Amino acid sequence: MTPLTPPPARRIQLGEPTVIDPPPGGVAPPAAGAPAIGGMAARNGRRQAPAAQVTERMQIESVSLAYGDKWVVRDVSLPVRQGEVLALIGASGSGKTTLLRSLNRLTEITAGASRAGRVTLDGEEIERIEVNELRRRVSMVFQQPNPFPMSIFENVAYALREEHATRRDRKRRGRRGRRELEPAVIDAVRRAGLYDEVADDLDRPALRLSGGQQQRLCIARALAAGPEVLLLDEPCSALDPISTATIEQQIVGLRDSVAIVIVTHNLQQAMRVADHVAFMHLGELVEYGTSEQVFERPTEQRTREYISGAFG
Amino acid sequence: MSGGSRDRRAELTLGALAVGVLALIALMIVVVFTKAWPSFSHNGLSWFGSGGDADVQLKAMVQNTPLPGHSIYYFRAWPLLWGTLVTTGLAVLIGLVFSTFAAVFIVEFAPDAVRRVLDPVVRLLAAVPSVVYGLIGILAIAPWVERNLISQQRKHSVQEIVQLTGANLGLAILILTVMITPIMVSITSRSLAAVPQTWTEGSAALGVNRWRTMRRVSLRTARPAIIAGAVLATARALGEAIMLSMVSGSRGFAANPLDGTTFLFEPVRPLAATIISYVDGLSVVPLAQTLYAMAAVLLVSSALLSLAGWGAKQPLKKYGIRA
Amino acid sequence: MNAVAADPPAKPRNKPRDSIRSWPLTDRIAYGLCWAAGIALCAIAAWIVLYMAIKGVSYLKPSLLVRSPVGSPNQSASGGFLDPIEGTFLVTAIGIAVAAPLGVAVAVWLSEYARPAGLARAVESGVETIAGTPSVVLAIFGLLVFSKSFLAFLSQTSAGGAVFGRSFLTAGLTMSLLAVPLIVGATREALAQVPAHVREASYALGKTKATTIRRVLLPSVRPSIASGITLGMGRIIGDTAIIVILLGASLRLEGAGGAPVLSILRGTGSTLTSYVKENSPAGEGNAPQKAYAAAFVLLVIVIGLNAIVVRLSGGQARADGTV
Repeated sequence: MTPLTPPPARRIQLGEPTVIDPPPGGVAPPAAGAPAIGGMAARNGRRQAPAAQVTERMQIESVSLAYGDKWVVRDVSLPVRQGEVLALIGASGSGKTTLLRSLNRLTEITAGASRAGRVTLDGEEIERIEVNELRRRVSMVFQQPNPFPMSIFENVAYALREEHATRRDRKRRGRRGRRELEPAVIDAVRRAGLYDEVADDLDRPALRLSGGQQQRLCIARALAAGPEVLLLDEPCSALDPISTATIEQQIVGLRDSVAIVIVTHNLQQAMRVADHVAFMHLGELVEYGTSEQVFERPTEQRTREYISGAFG
Repeated sequence: MSGGSRDRRAELTLGALAVGVLALIALMIVVVFTKAWPSFSHNGLSWFGSGGDADVQLKAMVQNTPLPGHSIYYFRAWPLLWGTLVTTGLAVLIGLVFSTFAAVFIVEFAPDAVRRVLDPVVRLLAAVPSVVYGLIGILAIAPWVERNLISQQRKHSVQEIVQLTGANLGLAILILTVMITPIMVSITSRSLAAVPQTWTEGSAALGVNRWRTMRRVSLRTARPAIIAGAVLATARALGEAIMLSMVSGSRGFAANPLDGTTFLFEPVRPLAATIISYVDGLSVVPLAQTLYAMAAVLLVSSALLSLAGWGAKQPLKKYGIRA
Repeated sequence: MNAVAADPPAKPRNKPRDSIRSWPLTDRIAYGLCWAAGIALCAIAAWIVLYMAIKGVSYLKPSLLVRSPVGSPNQSASGGFLDPIEGTFLVTAIGIAVAAPLGVAVAVWLSEYARPAGLARAVESGVETIAGTPSVVLAIFGLLVFSKSFLAFLSQTSAGGAVFGRSFLTAGLTMSLLAVPLIVGATREALAQVPAHVREASYALGKTKATTIRRVLLPSVRPSIASGITLGMGRIIGDTAIIVILLGASLRLEGAGGAPVLSILRGTGSTLTSYVKENSPAGEGNAPQKAYAAAFVLLVIVIGLNAIVVRLSGGQARADGTV
């Protein structure tokens, strides 16, 4: 039975004409914005990296997660790379959010959570990195925008003020002045695509922004401390289509500077932004590959069924 | 239709009762100020100033023997005002710091077993009647203080002016602090626990440790509640009469901070305690007016307190922190 | 694909969420202070309870509870405090009998009617003012009011025609003012939590507002009203200032006039609180043992009331006097 083709979704392009399916074995250098389709698919699913880079940031090795006695994630192995967007897709209860939260050890907040397997960040096991430092290097944006009840500036500067807060990197003392922090704040707000809308007054209360703006503020806040990895947990599910489109644009634009992992239950969104896709079902990693391969030539039956909408 | 008129009657009855309560309070305020007026008018603003021993002046009124060179209404309240300021102010300050740390402990750092113990403990401390606190203070702590902390030397140093006993400013502040802390702990911890989890989780996800999250997000969000708790506690402290009359040394004396640590051992008597100490003389008109004047000061302080609390909460509303 | 590759780890991870050891010094100090505050709170409560329990139990003989005070010089060996216990019950009963209906009525009016809006706000402020007024001030106001001749029936009149103004009735009525804000607060909060659709369903069935209130709303908030009443009781039982001023200093219940029940109500007496104060060094002071025993009984009563409040409100009573 031929699977129903999903509704047409176009990959997000950043300024340059689409380059579709470059010849196998040879690869066009990426355009100034970013390559369009993830058509750098080489044989074994890994990109051939031209100079503008794909660097492996995190390695998830045989990770299993349980809450109490209940297994939520079983034996998942994935690479997380800077220079690409990794999407975790799957139905509710597939464990994708739990897996995401384990990457910055947020699962530890829940009592009774346990983990097997290894996750490394730049070669170091995340268990061994001090947890607050880890979370500054692996930032997270949540499903519901959650800006603090402070001004826009203070929200973005929030993590920056903590930079000397661990014993290890305590080089400077005292509060950092506003002028010191301003460039970093403005840069983060720019990268999140919010600057044009708030440049006139960064001291406005953050809670007065619209939903989409708040979410971009949360992205800016997460970017401010210069993380290596950005985790996004269904960031657009609470937003309207226009805000969603803006944020997706920003996400694709960010992938060269930060490794991005995005959890989404919206297949079309995954098609628009992802370079690599991991399909999870009931805690297991069913299929992993480039976005083109998973969506157009899925190898597993379950993947095919999910993509065609047989279940969700 | 009868239903409608029954409704109307119900509304009027209930409304009348409510307005009755309001009228009663309004009456009280009017009466207190009216009765207080002569004392203020005879003394002018110096009523609040210092000049002689307040106790001597009050006793003179009771005995209807005016002090030489003054009218029967002569009164200088400063020692009492100072006593009130110091006891209430210090108790609230210490209590605020203490209760904030305790509330953070209860909400964030306490192991579950300890938290289960602390909740009833706080309730218990708030429920103890003030006279019991007074009894413990004067029968248990005051003698110990007198034996161990007040040396002969110290007594000599102020002997001409005042007698030092175990019942003094320090004891008053100590017990008052213990009395008002549970109120603040309760209000603050409830507000901290109500901080939305999205904020605390978001702060943790940004790599901020638990104490700093508490300080920068939760305590800031709970600030209106902390202020409300402080206002409530101050009102309680201002109004405390019996306990303070038992443990504060009951002398209208302006403790002198320049005496160093002896300052804490000098007797004082705050306003409310003074009223209750002299209440037997209410039939004597000048005394009654003076006592009402003190009551008026207490009422005005309460009102100013509420106003200050309201004012302190306003700037925070802008950022979305609601009371 | 179905085989589980790894067994679950032997036990769930119980490590603290982030290791305190890596925090900067100031944060670790703050952490320590939080712990210190929590422990101090427990320690203080434990000390008070243990101390009162030891002293109280050692001096409390059952006979004390059933014998009346005796005016003999050897206070420590004679008489009991039956009368003060009766006095406490009497004052509380009168206070609540007035405060409960009044408080509920005002709360219902504020919650369900509240027209015109300005008046409602004024009534709200009025109730808050009562809550913030020191009980001494309420007491002297009460004394003033009840000394007026048209209220002479509430107390005795002395031979010279001066209304005494002090009696159980006057004290109880003034006490009711202490309980009213607590009852109003508890009832209002509970009424606010009743969802709108409950009221709408009742109106849709053609019931008037009055009936809705009486048959639907009030029964549903009964537990909260009960909690508010119990809190009010605790407040009344623990107050001493009003008793001292409005109940006179007689240790025993002294009736006034001939009518059977009314004579006691119009008469004077004492309560546990004033009894404790009288027997402490701040009063006549010659029977500290009795003071301890009475204070212990008082404490037990108040703690018991508090436990009832907790039970009634499902474990959520708070030390600040709200439920």
